[in-house]
Amino acid sequence: MGTRPLSLRNRELAYLVVVGILTGVGFASVYIASKSQVSGASLTYAVFFFVLYLAAHVVARFTVPLADPYVLPIAALLTAIGLTEIYRLGPTDAFKQGTWIVIGVVVFALALVFLRRDYRLLENYKYLFGLGAIALLFMPLLPGIGQTVNGARLWVHVGGLQFQPGELGKIALIVFLAAYLREKREVLAQGQLKDWGPLLVIWGGAMLVLFATDDLGSALLYYGIFLALLYAATARLAFVAVGVGLFLAGAFAVYQGTPHVRERVLNWLHPWTTTKILCPQNGEMTYRQNCQSYQEVQSLYSIGHGGYGGTGLGSGTFETASGHQIIPFLNTDFIYSALAQELGLIGAAGLLLVYMVFVLRGFRVSAFAGDGFSKLLAAGLTFGFALQTFIIVGGILRVIPLTGITLPLVSYGGSSIVSNFLVLAGLMLVSNRANAELEGRLA
Amino acid sequence: MNRQLNRLAVVAVVLLAALIVATTYWQAWAAGDLQARQDNAIQQVVQFTIARGLIYGPNGSTVLAANKKKKVDGNTLFFRRYPNGGLAAQTVGYATQSHSQAGLEESMNDYLTGSNTDLSNAFHNLLNKLGQATVHGDSLRLTIRPGAQRLAQRLLGDRCGAVVAMSPKTGAVYVMASSPTYDQNLIERKGGFAKVLHTQGVCGDASALLNRATQGLYTPGSTFKIVTAAAALDTGAYKPSSVFYDPGYCVEYGQHVSNAGNPDQGGPETFGHLSLSTGFQHSVNSVFCNIGKQLGAQTIIDYTKRFGFYKVPPLETPANERAASGMYKYTKQGRVLTDDASKADPGRLAFGQWTMLVTPLQMAMVASTVANGGVVPRPYVVEKVVGPNGSTIRTTKPHTLGRAIKPETAAELTDMMKLVVSGGTGTAAQIPGIQVAGKTGTAETGVDHIYTAWFVSFAPADDPQVAVAVVLEKQENGFGGSVSAPIAKQVIEALLGR
Repeated sequence: MGTRPLSLRNRELAYLVVVGILTGVGFASVYIASKSQVSGASLTYAVFFFVLYLAAHVVARFTVPLADPYVLPIAALLTAIGLTEIYRLGPTDAFKQGTWIVIGVVVFALALVFLRRDYRLLENYKYLFGLGAIALLFMPLLPGIGQTVNGARLWVHVGGLQFQPGELGKIALIVFLAAYLREKREVLAQGQLKDWGPLLVIWGGAMLVLFATDDLGSALLYYGIFLALLYAATARLAFVAVGVGLFLAGAFAVYQGTPHVRERVLNWLHPWTTTKILCPQNGEMTYRQNCQSYQEVQSLYSIGHGGYGGTGLGSGTFETASGHQIIPFLNTDFIYSALAQELGLIGAAGLLLVYMVFVLRGFRVSAFAGDGFSKLLAAGLTFGFALQTFIIVGGILRVIPLTGITLPLVSYGGSSIVSNFLVLAGLMLVSNRANAELEGRLA
Repeated sequence: MNRQLNRLAVVAVVLLAALIVATTYWQAWAAGDLQARQDNAIQQVVQFTIARGLIYGPNGSTVLAANKKKKVDGNTLFFRRYPNGGLAAQTVGYATQSHSQAGLEESMNDYLTGSNTDLSNAFHNLLNKLGQATVHGDSLRLTIRPGAQRLAQRLLGDRCGAVVAMSPKTGAVYVMASSPTYDQNLIERKGGFAKVLHTQGVCGDASALLNRATQGLYTPGSTFKIVTAAAALDTGAYKPSSVFYDPGYCVEYGQHVSNAGNPDQGGPETFGHLSLSTGFQHSVNSVFCNIGKQLGAQTIIDYTKRFGFYKVPPLETPANERAASGMYKYTKQGRVLTDDASKADPGRLAFGQWTMLVTPLQMAMVASTVANGGVVPRPYVVEKVVGPNGSTIRTTKPHTLGRAIKPETAAELTDMMKLVVSGGTGTAAQIPGIQVAGKTGTAETGVDHIYTAWFVSFAPADDPQVAVAVVLEKQENGFGGSVSAPIAKQVIEALLGR
């Protein structure tokens, strides 16, 4: 079996070459569409991108030789799709995003190097992770460094660097949940109240801070991850039922109590009105589609404009005749509507299928893992990844009310990129260990 | 634990699959609805990156709709201009940035924006899109003759009314004038639309946007006698020489329906013995009242249908800008068509003073049918659709809507209509050297001395080249023979090159 580790990493390398070619084609088409000519500049981007992932691949070869060979190329593909679209929407942001991807790969490499022997030592620091998650979530509320963007207080601003600590809080919380639930799963399943204590304190704290910062998307995400892991650990559907019941009751209370939330729900149920209503932004009477639900509705128009085949990369319409951007937050929260317009149904469905493959690989890693902590960690990271995709894309597509959150690995945003590279590192560490155990290399 | 993990995996995959379904819904199923939304900012831009096709007259020199190029932030945008603003405005229509449209600009939008799925330009447009080049729409060449159109609009002036002129052989519409008209360039200007909406005419609030030629519904008055006479002759019940006795009235339901008060009638109040031909020539109501009683309302309604009544006449303009002619009744839902003969007064129906309402286009089709030997031509106004490179995308071929009456009936009607112009109520339409066939109509409006004045005609009578219908609303003591016939005469002269 001496050739197997090599063959796994060689497969990864082959997939990365395919992704590299795709990236080159993507950048070239954006360049042709905007400049009507082919240029070496677009190729430079693709080559740089390929070399970056080649470095990540080499690190993986030395640290986690037996890790799943699919997840790194898929992550590379998703970041490539995101970067291409961000480049098309504005080259300045693309440069920043490229820098963040470099940072993400470095963080990924560091995580692999430091945890290559046994990542399970993280279990010992579970309370540190639990409290750390809350601390990270709480940071934007601190005066001086906190910043409010788009009605939600999610940002920390330190010395010209903007950061969304909540994204990293997600990883920390998953580590805490995986460790705590692994240890207490039997007693929790029996329903002893004292064992629930720490769990409910940390989780309740997280929810409270999320409501204080008005980060409804993350609140929904954390709640979903919590219920999923609770179910995976205890196998008690009753807990999930109670959780969903509490969620509905809580959601109703929040709906009654918060005008901000009520508006979101109305935008979801009735984005178009036929009578004029009061627009709180400017105090005028107008249709809801021109005021409160403007973003959602224009985003749907963008998706609809794509049709089956899309307008083609670089040929979509995102600005008015006078050059104003039609959809605010296009390259973060609404990047899916930009992609759906330019790539069409074929491209958008393809993108979602790529997410699906990543999620299925993630659950496969979880299923083959040898111990409870590894299983729960991989499942938590994967389910969180899937649920986050559902929350933002489902919000854009009016499947659920819209809450602003990033599309994993595709949206513009440093914190999101870094935290998702940690998801990737986690999955590769777990799968490396699982495969090694299966081969009897480690006991 | 793997059982729970499998279930979680299924949940995650179902969530993602739901997103694919939802995306399919918005991009395939609902895409058309989204595109049609007025507040769709993308469509507002996309429309302006397309160089819409031109709309011009038959020789190409008179351009009715064109584009003005503007550079906005590096993008070349196209704004619609109407170099002959107001000329055939209701037929040409308009297209604005807020993408409200009317007329041919609305109904032919697919051609004008090059989005019709014609293989010849689909490939071309695809290449353009890939190269981000401007998409050029197809142009429309109309059958409208600008000279005659301009003359008709000038003759109508600020009176409310319409003129329709068409080829009785092919159905090509030469003149489609609706008065008062409006300048389409105003629509997008600040306050311009309100100004158009509040256009005042002699008739008061004039609804300048209304295409009176195709959607104006008027009482036909004595012009309807063409249809009644057609039924009378075609069924074989009467001949032009059939003799009637005119006591100055006709008895219906035991009551006198007097000729007096028919402003259209020429000659003495009481004719005594006279032929159908003479009754037609002088528009004697009692003659047609008796024919109506004899034939019955059902037969007359059947004949109107043969001429195309009760159907919205075909034309390239939007369907909601055309109306069907026929008897109307008033219900809670508004005005609705009815062909219920049992509710109709056959005598009054026969001389066009019942609940029958007609459009000028329909009456031009009636005249054309007589001129065309009894076959109804299918009207059209777009002669050709021309691609951006000058190639012909589509040419309209003349069609008919079927035979309404026998050729002999048409010949007899032609003779009777000639008499109207040569020595009857329509002498004002005489043109030296050209025999004009026509019929006057002066319909009561319910207000004393205020009439709807009609003239329906074709010329030359022996080789018809043009059929013309003229209507003028709310004419104070203005009769078809005195106010409408002169307009028809000048339009015919212009079209025949006099």
